[in-house]
Amino acid sequence: MLEAYFPILIFLGIAIGLACIIMISTLIVARQHPDSAKLSAYECGFEAFEDARGRFDVRFYLVAILFIIFDLEIAFLFPWAVSLGEIGLYGWLSMMLFLGILTVGFIYEWKKGALEWE
Amino acid sequence: MVENVVTLAIIVAQIMAIVGPLLLAVAYTTWAERKVIGAMQLRQGPMTVGPWGLLQPIADGAKLFLKETVIPSGANKVVFIAAPMITFVLALIGWAVIPFAEGWVIADINVGILYLLAVSSLGVYGVVMAGWASNSRYAFLGAMRSSAQMISYEIAIGLIIINVLITAGSLNLTEIVLAQQSVWYIIPHFPMFIVFIAAILAETNRHPFDLPEDESSLVTGYNVEYSSMAFALFFLGEYANMILMSAIAVILFLGGWLPPIDIAPFNWIPGPIWFILKICAVLFIFFWARATLPRYRYDQLMRLGWKVFLPFSLLWVVLTSGVLLAFDML
Repeated sequence: MLEAYFPILIFLGIAIGLACIIMISTLIVARQHPDSAKLSAYECGFEAFEDARGRFDVRFYLVAILFIIFDLEIAFLFPWAVSLGEIGLYGWLSMMLFLGILTVGFIYEWKKGALEWE
Repeated sequence: MVENVVTLAIIVAQIMAIVGPLLLAVAYTTWAERKVIGAMQLRQGPMTVGPWGLLQPIADGAKLFLKETVIPSGANKVVFIAAPMITFVLALIGWAVIPFAEGWVIADINVGILYLLAVSSLGVYGVVMAGWASNSRYAFLGAMRSSAQMISYEIAIGLIIINVLITAGSLNLTEIVLAQQSVWYIIPHFPMFIVFIAAILAETNRHPFDLPEDESSLVTGYNVEYSSMAFALFFLGEYANMILMSAIAVILFLGGWLPPIDIAPFNWIPGPIWFILKICAVLFIFFWARATLPRYRYDQLMRLGWKVFLPFSLLWVVLTSGVLLAFDML
């Protein structure tokens, strides 16, 4: 069973090796002349006013939380989708019940404005 | 022992036979993109380097290779260097499970589509790490936008894949293609195909959803601090991802390596040629969208993902499973 995954491991090794070769060879071949102006963060010619890692909009968190809920739901749907032929009507109705509950939650967050971007 | 070495050598040779042509294909995808957009705007595109500008991608690569790698003084150096490498590596390893014809696949695992979904989900890490490590305003904002956009459209892609899985009844990519011998899934699932194309445009941060690299407001977004081959790795990763997503679209909806009609002269052409031709057709949609569509606003983009694609593809899952169950076609 696991033997089928062995080529993926080798592929991963080759891809990482290739990425390392590309990064290191350019450091060797190209001339490096760093100076302080060149190494400062780009901000259209200004000195950076403050650290870039400041506050950001809470809605990005909100999207991430919603993503987790729906991604789990999709992970739950995968085995159901493949075995639907065997579990038949009972399996289908069970999943529809689950999706129904999820849809109620989705409608709630829609009405609550969690999906709005102004 | 000797057998193990031979097996290993064969696997390495197979991987090289994919990675080499893939990197060349990535280079010439950039050329084809400039040519197609040029033709759509009544220009000629690159013409100077080589005949019809054919050597332009090589020249671009060589120029980037000889540039200085600038690592900003405020940056997290290790994360800064690792981010483009992650993007590049993830764009490559997805190809391990792509079947070019029956049996022409490096790792024929039974959960191939799950693996592809996992690899494309991980793609967001390269972007987030780049934006965070750069310690630059534009890079940070670009990374925030990009990750929110990618995870939003990930859900639509997941639900569309569920539709295909219900119809095909397998997670193995070869079996999904073989299940389309009677009819390609673009016919019964046509609305899902349209949504999938839009979702992969958003997932790969391409026009008209290229807000992370919105030139007019964010310069180039998360990769603004990158130069030289670090930038080139992002660039290669983005285009390799585009080709990978096109390949997934071909496998899920356009019958993979199968000819359109299984009669002569269509079935004289070998499967891998059909597969590559179909990938080119999907890639053309990418270029076409870039040349013709204006950029979306961010609130429109999120509304489209959460309020249109998500409910619609969820509804389609209910519809597909219900119809297939009612008519006993599973």
